[in-house]
Amino acid sequence: MKHEIVEKNVGLLAVLILVVISFGGLAEVVPLFFQKQTTEPVEGLRPLTALELEGRDIYRREGCVGCHSQMIRPFRAETERYGHYSVAGESVYDHNFLWGSKRTGPDLARVGGRYSDDWHRAHMYNPRDVVPESIMPSYPWLFERALDGNDTPRKMQALRTLGVPYTDEEIENATREVRGQQEITALIAYLQQLGTVLEGTR
Amino acid sequence: MNNLWDDSLSGFWSTWIIVITLGSIGIAFWLLYANRKTDKTPDADGNVETTGHAADGIEEYDNPLPRWWFQLYVGTVVFSLGYLLLYPGLGNFAGLLGWTQEGQWEEEVARAEERFTPIFAQYQEIPIPELARDAEAMQVAERIYLNNCAVCHGSNAQGGYGFPNLTNDDWLYGGEPEQIMQTLVRGRNGLMPSWQQLGETNIENVTQHVLALSGLEHDEERAERGAATYASVCAACHMPDGTGNQALGAPNLTNDIWLYQAPGQSVADSVRQSLRNGRNGHMPAQAAYIGEERVHLVAAYVYSLRFRD
Repeated sequence: MKHEIVEKNVGLLAVLILVVISFGGLAEVVPLFFQKQTTEPVEGLRPLTALELEGRDIYRREGCVGCHSQMIRPFRAETERYGHYSVAGESVYDHNFLWGSKRTGPDLARVGGRYSDDWHRAHMYNPRDVVPESIMPSYPWLFERALDGNDTPRKMQALRTLGVPYTDEEIENATREVRGQQEITALIAYLQQLGTVLEGTR
Repeated sequence: MNNLWDDSLSGFWSTWIIVITLGSIGIAFWLLYANRKTDKTPDADGNVETTGHAADGIEEYDNPLPRWWFQLYVGTVVFSLGYLLLYPGLGNFAGLLGWTQEGQWEEEVARAEERFTPIFAQYQEIPIPELARDAEAMQVAERIYLNNCAVCHGSNAQGGYGFPNLTNDDWLYGGEPEQIMQTLVRGRNGLMPSWQQLGETNIENVTQHVLALSGLEHDEERAERGAATYASVCAACHMPDGTGNQALGAPNLTNDIWLYQAPGQSVADSVRQSLRNGRNGHMPAQAAYIGEERVHLVAAYVYSLRFRD
């Protein structure tokens, strides 16, 4: 093919560029959609409860993912500190993923159960109260606001269409479970279940 | 559980990856050769071949690629083929080295275990009170304490609002080696129910009585009236004389140490708050996180705090 034809037809050039770039994705990404490891939940994985789901949305809203990853890599230095490395099957009900890519604070993939609810409350109200050298911002407004739970069932329905196995009953009770709860309670409920599915966290 | 770690692909997808990967390398290589020129000698008339691009009479020579550049390109192709031969990359082909990231992690952990296990095993043999006097062991233990315990109990182990001080001799669940081990291995759940139903008057009376137990300033008359309520409601856990019960984790009320006194709060207010809302202290079990051997060391560290200034 003559260079000139490609170089003088921008449309054709664009199409050919897309074809070339797509090879990478076709080989590296597409097969993952059909791989057991990435599509099947690990044993015992359950969808987030209504309260935990609202907590996840607060986690997203407050931008926690900007400073905290949820992805323990298979290096000893990480597994000693955080617990067993993360596996894909733990994330199959996550839409979207909150793996993050930056650690200003520690990884939270297995923070569930590490600290008491009281500690989380004290820490979120003012991190310096429990960790004097912390640079994490305070989140006092989470203690003032309550959830109404009006959107919770619809969020769960949306997740169900993406393959998260919520039952009709769970969706029906969602609003009742969530209504009136403090935002901080929802956030802590979300944190306390993170990474608790895999046994032998060390 | 093993099948969930199974990263094998069906034959179709494995072939798919192999064809695309090798195909891309092949096409890239073909592209290089198909456009390659080696001849740059002028023809008989002294003309040199140009690309045909001309701007204001200036033309572009169509010279061959520099040799070093060409060889570098060939080098990348050779490298990628060698890499795909040694490491996993081509579908289900595991690579000649048999490398996996889990395998590398396991090796790394095994190397560390080999080095550290004898050290921890040696400490494991030594009883806690003795180990607490071993300066070297306590250095190791302090690191483990700082990494795992200091977030709640503080780097100086003096605790904070809601988190017990480990340096005084007031123990919620006891300060003997077995009790400290129990706390660390299994965790603790302290629960004081809410006594809202007693009504504000009774809560105030009991509060004054509790202040009296610790010898703090109190309202004599109210404390007197609170005594009966204390005896029927509180004494079951905190004991009639207020010295608490370590089997339940019920705090001693006579030593003027107040776990839930927030900064700036008066003792009376914190007692009232405890009575109205109850308290729920939770110490997470640590054995699952750091393992029994390290728990043993940390227990010795906590035990050693009593010898320090």
